Amino acid sequence: MEDRVKQQARETAPGTAVPHESAALHVAGEATYVDDIPELAGTCFIALGLSDQAHADIKALDLDAVRAAPGVVAVITAADIPGANDCGPIVADDPILADGLVQYVGQPVFAVVADSQTAARKAARLASIDYAPRPAVLDIGSGKQQQSWVLPPMQLRRGDAKLAMTQAQYRMKGEFEVGGQEQFYLEGQISYVAPKEDGCFHLWCSTQHPTEMQHVVAHALGIDFNQVVVEMRRMGGGFGGKESQSAIFACIAAVAACRLRRPIKLRLDRDDDMMVTGKRHGFQFDYEVGYDDDGMIRGARIDMAAQAGFSADLTGPVVTRAVCHFDNAYYLADVAIDAYSVKTNTQSNTAFRGFGGPQGAFAIEYIIDNIARELGKDPQEVRKLNFYDNDFRNTTPYGQIVEDNVIQELVTELEQTSEYSARRAAVAAFNRNSPVLRKGLALTPVKFGISFNVVHFNQAGALVHVYTDGSVLVNHGGTEMGQGLHTKVSQVVALELGLDIAQVRATANDTSKVANTSATAASTGSDLNGKAAQDAARQIRERLAGFAAERYGGCAAEVVFENGMVHCGGSTVSFPELVLQAYENRVQLWSDGFYKTPGLNWDRDQMQGSPFYYFAYGAAVSEVIIDTLTGEFKLLRADILHDAGNSINPAIDIGQVEGAFIQGMGWLTSEELCWNEQGRLTTHAPSTYKIPTITDCPTRFDTRLYQNQNVKDTILRSKAVGEPPLLLPFSVFFAIRDAIASLADNRINPPLRAPATPEAILDAIEALRAEVA
Amino acid sequence: MDSIRFILDGAVTEVDEVEPTRTVLQYLREDLRRVGSKEGCAEGDCGACTVVVAELDGEGLRYRAINACIQFLPTLDGKALFTVESLKAADGTLHPVQQSLVDYHGSQCGFCTPGFVMSMFALYLENRSPGRAEIDDALSGNLCRCTGYRPIVDACLHMHEYPAPDDNEKRLIAQLRGLDRKQGLSLVHGLSNYHAPLTLDELANLYQQHPDARILAGGTDVGLWVTKQLQELPTIIYLGNVAELRQVRAATDAIEIGAAVTLTDAFAALQPHYPEFDEMFRRFASVPVRNAGTLVGNIANGSPIGDSMPALIAIDARVRLRCGQDSRELALEELYLDYMQNALRPGEFVEAVVIPSPRADVQLRCYKLSKRFDQDISAVCAVFALRLDGDEVADVRIALGGMAAIPKRARQTEDYLRGEPWNEFTLVTAGQKLAADFTPLSDMRASADYRGRVTANLLHRFYLETRSNEPLAPTAVNVFAVNE
Repeated sequence: MEDRVKQQARETAPGTAVPHESAALHVAGEATYVDDIPELAGTCFIALGLSDQAHADIKALDLDAVRAAPGVVAVITAADIPGANDCGPIVADDPILADGLVQYVGQPVFAVVADSQTAARKAARLASIDYAPRPAVLDIGSGKQQQSWVLPPMQLRRGDAKLAMTQAQYRMKGEFEVGGQEQFYLEGQISYVAPKEDGCFHLWCSTQHPTEMQHVVAHALGIDFNQVVVEMRRMGGGFGGKESQSAIFACIAAVAACRLRRPIKLRLDRDDDMMVTGKRHGFQFDYEVGYDDDGMIRGARIDMAAQAGFSADLTGPVVTRAVCHFDNAYYLADVAIDAYSVKTNTQSNTAFRGFGGPQGAFAIEYIIDNIARELGKDPQEVRKLNFYDNDFRNTTPYGQIVEDNVIQELVTELEQTSEYSARRAAVAAFNRNSPVLRKGLALTPVKFGISFNVVHFNQAGALVHVYTDGSVLVNHGGTEMGQGLHTKVSQVVALELGLDIAQVRATANDTSKVANTSATAASTGSDLNGKAAQDAARQIRERLAGFAAERYGGCAAEVVFENGMVHCGGSTVSFPELVLQAYENRVQLWSDGFYKTPGLNWDRDQMQGSPFYYFAYGAAVSEVIIDTLTGEFKLLRADILHDAGNSINPAIDIGQVEGAFIQGMGWLTSEELCWNEQGRLTTHAPSTYKIPTITDCPTRFDTRLYQNQNVKDTILRSKAVGEPPLLLPFSVFFAIRDAIASLADNRINPPLRAPATPEAILDAIEALRAEVA
Repeated sequence: MDSIRFILDGAVTEVDEVEPTRTVLQYLREDLRRVGSKEGCAEGDCGACTVVVAELDGEGLRYRAINACIQFLPTLDGKALFTVESLKAADGTLHPVQQSLVDYHGSQCGFCTPGFVMSMFALYLENRSPGRAEIDDALSGNLCRCTGYRPIVDACLHMHEYPAPDDNEKRLIAQLRGLDRKQGLSLVHGLSNYHAPLTLDELANLYQQHPDARILAGGTDVGLWVTKQLQELPTIIYLGNVAELRQVRAATDAIEIGAAVTLTDAFAALQPHYPEFDEMFRRFASVPVRNAGTLVGNIANGSPIGDSMPALIAIDARVRLRCGQDSRELALEELYLDYMQNALRPGEFVEAVVIPSPRADVQLRCYKLSKRFDQDISAVCAVFALRLDGDEVADVRIALGGMAAIPKRARQTEDYLRGEPWNEFTLVTAGQKLAADFTPLSDMRASADYRGRVTANLLHRFYLETRSNEPLAPTAVNVFAVNE
């Protein structure tokens, strides 16, 4: 008995590695995703007809053959949309179905509704569309040249970068690029809509943003928000790709359901999913930097050009975050940043884990890497020299004071545990005696700002119900996409009520329960919803404590809830027993909870303020080996130290860190998006788009959480962990660069582009050799 | 009316009235509403749909993970199917592979998890103590976007530490024997026909009668014609049940591999003779694809980017063709005429590939280049076979994939090299000749320029490995051979 109690305490407390709340369901195939919900009688299925032109007017749309195909129930075009033909999250420039104009290859033009998915897919290919092509912008460079923007350029200035660069001992300028990335959630986009009485609709949608899906569907149908309920139990991965871009599918399915009065399912084939939806923004950078002979940066200027695609989508906030992460962990006294949201006739790029932050930080890391090699120093030295410190060099270019800086201590610890110095020497020794293969080593830091850059998104609500048998249900505004949010929130509620997590059940996000929720995004899920759920649970606990004190004597403030028991005034009663007594005495046993992040402000025009509640930190050391004849590479070892504050669940947090590391490594190495000359994406399936597989996970992979407490009053003093570790695999990219640079005595900067495919690596090697020769 | 019969959850399941191209995954999810298996790509590249198929193997059983999304349902006839729902014990106890995944935090979003569970289940049954390399191989066809794989590897390393569940193998063996057919399966559904003959003669006759039929073996490519191109295949002749074609025959001078032999079995048979192909065998698609797909299928399909053909052309393999009662042999390279065009006549099919035994005096290397180690189609696959006479090239065969519309030999380079000294000077000229031998394309896998440069570089790598003076070890020239 004693052991059981101890075990319960251990499992309930923060810092314990309880498995994901759905783990047992996942492994048994019993976890329900949208496509697994038993279909209602009369359900029809949708396939989409996509544009095969990058930019064209539709002269004629002949859908007769589609309508006549076997199994077809209806064909939906823009004319069938009763409300607004727009599903843009911020700017109204995202047509649900193309209306006269197509703006990229893959844009949905019409939808076929049929009695089976196969019938719908076959019919969709029978359309005859007559296009009048217009000139298309297909890459960042030509878009920038033509000043083709989806949003006005942004500017951030601090000090006088030009003057500072003039006064520095050295100056350097250059250009480089980083590619985009497909989210590749394993569960493709899916929406299932059932018409209800009185013009209402129930939508099951794989989305990170149920409230926005409620809004866009209501707009598309011309109905009120209270006529749409969106339910989301779990996603098979999101990574940002289901934040805004689940909308188009939700809207098309809803329009069909509205017109036909039948349940409608829209589940995309993988190729269509990749052809239609946006990805991580690729960026091009053009920079100039002034620095001294020790490597200290005096001033920097950078132009960042992001490939937005055909519409604004979330490009504004993505580019803002890129601008706000150009500093990464470094103090940049005088800096001038210009950022461009380039409109191209391609998929509309969107959120992807890190949300511009990785691209912005990648730029300064590339520049520092360049400075180090120009000076003949280990890049690690230059990095450390430029770190934020805690006294004077602690204000970001956007004016926020960095109050929680631990980067120096963290990096020092990682240098020791990873034996950085010894391995640096070993790598050099290896390279001296290896004619074909070369090794490289790099340590890169991360500082990542936590909060939505839009202040009012930083709010959350929750509902906690305690039932009369003592079991607890928690519902909150966040969505579960694998990140373990429901597990952490359940742990918080269990802790608050002194229960085992097994007694707490988290339920599907539902817009009819908690209203007006924010997207589960920006790493804020646990911070916001954990606090809201804690607030709700705490109110119930206080009511129960008050009741217990009345009934058993003693003081309400001294009532202890632990291990499923309640101790009060010398008496001990089980939680279910107390709950039942409270119910019989008409005590409210459920509560809502609310949270808003304090102290945030942001001036969008000046790009100044304190947009982040706090920063998360981390660092990684990677060692690679490359083949100088083919450009192939292999990651030999990775050591990670990451700051998750006082971790609520170390197993889940380490899972986030490792998963982000491998995902980010994919972005910078094997995951290459290719478009052909007609603007058609040619990498639209896993046969052509290569995310990391199991062999890419290094055999030596040591991930540890940095012992830290959030200085801010976050939920149990933890820190957000979803996005920051996506930046850790910069170390892989720069280790590859280090290996290449060894071919020229580490004195010439390899012009390595990202992703560093074998071809990109071989190109950089040959460029380096040409420069030496 | 014939019906498909297979074992599911310990019972014989019979299915008739089904479109022959209905995939196992569609059948599970849509017909049985058994929704644990997921569709992630419908092309056999993500593994979310992985199921396990058991077949009789002598006195015992063999368990093989396959991709349900591209496997046609009728091919299950006579086999036992296990899905993720099959694993949990009646009392709710999770199978060791499931419990291990829970305990080591191997699932996050959970969507890929059923596929991982099934690949692990096959590994669990076939390997009592898998090491990291075997785990990587077994799971190379399963994509996970959340975990980064480390916890899944840990779960595999520990799965045998849990109490072993009851196995009902004896009963299953008896049940499978009960499914044995005396006559081949023949299905008619609407306008579609499916034939699965049991003998080579039957097959040859059928194909002569229906020369427009689609011959189906593993279906790892034909499956995509249906799931991706939405093709109709009115007549299918499945050769997976033809006894003669399921055999590997080893003679003194050759190994003959029948058209129904899976890549897994073919590679296992070739491995002792051609260890130089180890890495290519390992990197050829993934375990589920190799378990379903056949070596002859890869050859007969004749894709310019298939990896087996350059390897087999370089060692001068031959194919035995069969048309009705007529049989003939061709050098493999003569099978390929132009892009996806071959020398087969109407009603003629590849019966077997005949692979000569290795020659002790030939140095052989097979290099595969792609963006990713596991399960990626080659940008270039280069195979070199060299016989030296002293320091002089007595003979050489160079075969390349990914460099032309068909798998192709580098004839000009070979001609130049014969009789030349095997040294660095020769190598420079040979590299130039290689460029003249091919005009590759640019695509999403690599540019034409890279393909050209890297082919010359691979010849250089081959030279470094085979030069008489201080040849380099694989660990000095191949990052994937480095294990530290």
